[in-house]
Amino acid sequence: MEERISLAHGDGGELAHKLIGDVFVRAFGHTEESRFDAALFTVPSEKIAVTTDSFVVKPVFFPGGNIGKLAVAGTVNDIAVSGAVPLYLTAGFIIEEGFKIKDLKEIAETMAAEAEKANVRIIAGDTKVVEKGSIDGIYINTSGVGYVEKNRAVNPDGMEPGDSIIVNGTIGDHGIAILAARGELGIQTELPSDCAALNGLIKNVLSEVDGVRIMRDPTRGGLATTLVEIAEDFQATLEIDDELIPIRQEVQGACDILGYDPLYLANEGKVIFIVKKEREEQVLKILREHELGQNAAVIGRVVNREKGRLQLKTALGTTRRLNRLSGMMLPRIC
Amino acid sequence: MQEILNEFSSPQLSRKLLEKVKESAEKFIEKHGRRPAIMEVCGSHTHALAETGIKKVLKDYVNLISGPGCPVCVTEQKSIDAMIKLADGPDRIICTFGDMVRVPGTEQSLLEAKTAGKDIRIVYSPPDAVKIAEENPDKEVIFLGIGFETTIPILAVALQEALQKNIKNFSMWMTTKLVEPILRTLLDTNATKIDGFLLPGHVSIVLGKNDYQYLAEEYKIPGVIAGFEPVEMLSSIYKLINQFLDGRAEIENDYPAVVSDEGNPVAKQLIAKYFEPVDEAWRGIGIIPKSGMDIRGEFAEFNAKNRFQITVGEPRKTKCRCGEIIRGMVAPEDCPLFGKACTPLKPIGPCMVSAEGTCAAHYQYMRED
Repeated sequence: MEERISLAHGDGGELAHKLIGDVFVRAFGHTEESRFDAALFTVPSEKIAVTTDSFVVKPVFFPGGNIGKLAVAGTVNDIAVSGAVPLYLTAGFIIEEGFKIKDLKEIAETMAAEAEKANVRIIAGDTKVVEKGSIDGIYINTSGVGYVEKNRAVNPDGMEPGDSIIVNGTIGDHGIAILAARGELGIQTELPSDCAALNGLIKNVLSEVDGVRIMRDPTRGGLATTLVEIAEDFQATLEIDDELIPIRQEVQGACDILGYDPLYLANEGKVIFIVKKEREEQVLKILREHELGQNAAVIGRVVNREKGRLQLKTALGTTRRLNRLSGMMLPRIC
Repeated sequence: MQEILNEFSSPQLSRKLLEKVKESAEKFIEKHGRRPAIMEVCGSHTHALAETGIKKVLKDYVNLISGPGCPVCVTEQKSIDAMIKLADGPDRIICTFGDMVRVPGTEQSLLEAKTAGKDIRIVYSPPDAVKIAEENPDKEVIFLGIGFETTIPILAVALQEALQKNIKNFSMWMTTKLVEPILRTLLDTNATKIDGFLLPGHVSIVLGKNDYQYLAEEYKIPGVIAGFEPVEMLSSIYKLINQFLDGRAEIENDYPAVVSDEGNPVAKQLIAKYFEPVDEAWRGIGIIPKSGMDIRGEFAEFNAKNRFQITVGEPRKTKCRCGEIIRGMVAPEDCPLFGKACTPLKPIGPCMVSAEGTCAAHYQYMRED
């Protein structure tokens, strides 16, 4: 019979101990930092970065990854786009009674592999099991700690008209991959999610380029929402050009059929850079040399620092304002 | 396939066509002292014209009027209230297209009912609701059937499936609409000056080109069946203006890759087999005879209107001008609620909810501040 999670796996007793040993310690290791109830470590800088994120993706497994990969990459990326170097992660698991242990192992192993790739360590964790039906499979929370290297900080206040807006690749891949994996839309695609830790790519840019104004990862809400946030936060008018934004044919095709706008679809392995115009070519070159930046492109410019707004230059040569998405994106019916 | 489609959104081609449209429109303006008035019948055109920027770039050249083509927008408030009220009963699963869930009812929306614990599910295709009924034999599964001729055949497929599988706990509450009666009503009542129609590509796949001859023959109004990519929409607008300039009134098929003269005979047969024309109430207009389709008498057991007794009071009165907007009489910006009390997050009328709604398209794509 297939082994499944039971309530006893979360009660702190023998089974819980065994589960932690078999699944989590095996995957993440038991490190020097983890000898006490709290993990202890030193950081090589005065300025540290802390972030937390919860992951509830449905389905748990999807082309290009699973909830565990997302939980590691998502938190690593939040630290990295803040201009910091990610070091450690914690992981909290809330698991539904009946969840397959085989699946949990696969998730933990994916997390370990992604953490190794991103050069971070998972040093603290927690497991809770809840009754069947009270959640949908498994939820994971990860928190991350990183530090800011001297002279490597980004400088959003330096943003000025003419600055370039750059993205490291095609947008909307994660959104369409997840929608397709849910199997509700009647579309079939093997398009993988772009889910990936970006700290290596970002490090390459930051270590060679001065003049990076800001970085953000366009996750939920997509490219448009993230750029609207930057525009509003820094009182900048940003313009992106419809013809320059890299979008996969499969993503555009699915959007055309379903009535979605790729500018608002989630990404999990994308980062937006705003950089000094003179650094544009250098950044593109560095990005394109990395496996996660092959399709990097300049997609627009900072127009002014007067009004916080995002505009789209359409193929017809007009511009229109892009706003936050209001409400759910609904598929059209006719 | 996608490479072929990309041709139709080609920026170079679009820009060239745009110049040609402007030139023709200028000739029209010189001759008539006003812009040509073109109504786009379909909600997807409303959305696409706003999204691509065509509406904005042609503002001074062509008066593009949004018509009555958004299914939830034209649905009378009382019908919407009745559909939402359906959710109140015990042991029911309400299945609906996504557009309906945020439409405000007099008391609540379906989304609010869902949040309060009612089982309301968004499905992408009506046969999915039949499957849900099959999987939940102890529940009454009701599909809210709204839509035009594009959607009606798929509703017929759902009904056919329920019949074949002998599924007793499935029914449909239909408030579907037909294109011809509303176009006739708009023209008969002179709701607004229309020189020609940009005819709906998707609906025309079912109807076919010949079904629009009445526009040209009886009303002397030209119509061009249009696709949804920038090149296709601009091409059709260009063809319409040229008809105006030549004084012609013809129906042209500018979407021949998918639209035929006769339409889709299988879809038409399906509609005729399961449904019959009924009087339908339209928002802001009232009842138009034989302007919708409902389930034929012999399949009455699948008609939710027979199965459930729903009584609704008089709808709440608001300053919402959806009724005039769907007839092209006023623009969203003329409504005192637009963008202030009524936004997509807190919609007052359905035109602000559906992605095909004129107000939603103006709010999302044409708002400047």
